[in-house]
Amino acid sequence: MSADIWTALLIAVLAAFVGYEVISRVPVLLHTPLMSGSNFIHGIVLVGAIVVLGFATSPIEQAIGLIAVIMGAMNVTGGYVVTERILAMFDRSKRKGGSP
Amino acid sequence: MTDYSPLIDGVYVLAVIFFILGLRAMASPDTARRGILAAGVAMLLAILVTFLVGGLTNFGLIAIGIIVGGGLGWYWARVVKMTAMPQMVAVFNGMGGGAAAAIAAVELLTAVSDPTNASLSIAGAVIGSISIAGSVVAFLKLQGWMVQRAIVFPAQQVLNLAVLVVGLAFGVLTVVQATTVWLIPFFVLTLLYGILLTLRIGGADMPVVISLFNALTGIAVALDGFVLVNGELGDAGYAMVVAGILVGAAGSLLTIKMARAMNRSIGSVLFGGFGAKEEAATAIEGSLKPIDPADAASLMAYANQVIIAPGYGMAVAQAQRKVKELADALEAKGVSVRFAIHPVAGRMPGHMNVLLAEAGVSYDKLYDLDEVNGQFATTDVVLVIGANDVVNPAARRQGSPLFGMPILDVDKAKNVFVIKRGQGRGFAGVENDLFYKDNCRMLYGDASAVVGSLITALEHS
Repeated sequence: MSADIWTALLIAVLAAFVGYEVISRVPVLLHTPLMSGSNFIHGIVLVGAIVVLGFATSPIEQAIGLIAVIMGAMNVTGGYVVTERILAMFDRSKRKGGSP
Repeated sequence: MTDYSPLIDGVYVLAVIFFILGLRAMASPDTARRGILAAGVAMLLAILVTFLVGGLTNFGLIAIGIIVGGGLGWYWARVVKMTAMPQMVAVFNGMGGGAAAAIAAVELLTAVSDPTNASLSIAGAVIGSISIAGSVVAFLKLQGWMVQRAIVFPAQQVLNLAVLVVGLAFGVLTVVQATTVWLIPFFVLTLLYGILLTLRIGGADMPVVISLFNALTGIAVALDGFVLVNGELGDAGYAMVVAGILVGAAGSLLTIKMARAMNRSIGSVLFGGFGAKEEAATAIEGSLKPIDPADAASLMAYANQVIIAPGYGMAVAQAQRKVKELADALEAKGVSVRFAIHPVAGRMPGHMNVLLAEAGVSYDKLYDLDEVNGQFATTDVVLVIGANDVVNPAARRQGSPLFGMPILDVDKAKNVFVIKRGQGRGFAGVENDLFYKDNCRMLYGDASAVVGSLITALEHS
């Protein structure tokens, strides 16, 4: 097991605490965009999918890698657009009184 | 060949910083939009620099994948109606879980001989598979393409457990024997477990479930990140570890909050099959008393304070714009109108807030459970729109399946009007004591239609 794994584990522990601290301040009002926004952030999986497909050699690896890239890309764009649409409705500056 | 590693690493670090700041900006509606924009730009840069990773091939396939997946995701998310948001969140989350499972599959095919790599990949694959299969079932239920209630059959717990255990056993075999031959039954069974798990979970428990699958996908992505770090493709791996764990922590916290808002353990939500059977009828004194919309409207028009408590019925009837019109009409008559939002009203965390925001209701009129509960006693009229279990005083009665669940204390108001489609029970299958109280009147019908007739009646009063 490489030393890098332990570095990654250390980083993971710190990230867990950061995640907990940051989220505990989010009000109920914004729970949907919070969920949808974090949904977008795990879209970083696309980066991993690109690397994996980029190093794939056999056809079966390429096929599964392609599926990973397609799904990752859907996650990242869909997650972003949904979050942005929801937050646009909460934006006071863009709206004067009535419906958006 | 130029080595772009410093640039790539630098951008990944920047991306992670903006992800954290983006989530932090969610603390206030005034900063949230800028936060997600910054995170979006950072994500785009992170994806672009990944193309510079040394030794990468298959650029054509990668481009096709991004265009197809990105295009589909973008288009679908743009055209979908706001009322379909819960299932959209579920489906895009599932895609992330699926991508994580697929990455793990490729890693298992290429490097199953390294036990660290194999065991981390198996873990990522299990969680990713459960997340995608479960999210798809959640999507089907929310979209109404499947029955929404919990599906329960004999020996289900045993079957589910057996599927999981045998699936995991194939995973362990893969690691121990360092072979890929067991991968097909392994993936089939873990995916099947995700489906079986979610079948047992009914509609009103969806806020907990959607949030849980979100956390699971985050963890699966982080596990894949560990695999990449181990396989000397570290740069991208570290970014995945941080972002994945960040989401895993955030999602877990939100899941716990949702479960707590129903006074249930996460275990009981996942394995309880809640809402599948109805409570044995308990004798409740009193009767259901209907009221004419015109009479209800005039009582509301002469009230000082009106609080509206919306639930899933408002979402089903897509009545949010009518509700906003009603609030405006009441305010024009000098009535103070506020909204009481229960944390698990609807089908995803914050569901009611989003619908009312869509209709243009200012968010400073929306009050949480804790903020509003002290105010019902001094309120003239509470209008309950398609909410049931979250306003059921049976939650205060020992022995009720709802016992201990924090509820909106609407029964303490002087008058309570309940808009309800029919005389059935709520999701929990528990008779609602509220409807039989002396201060409660029923307005039967579709939420949109009833609110419409309230508005008409107000205009004529």
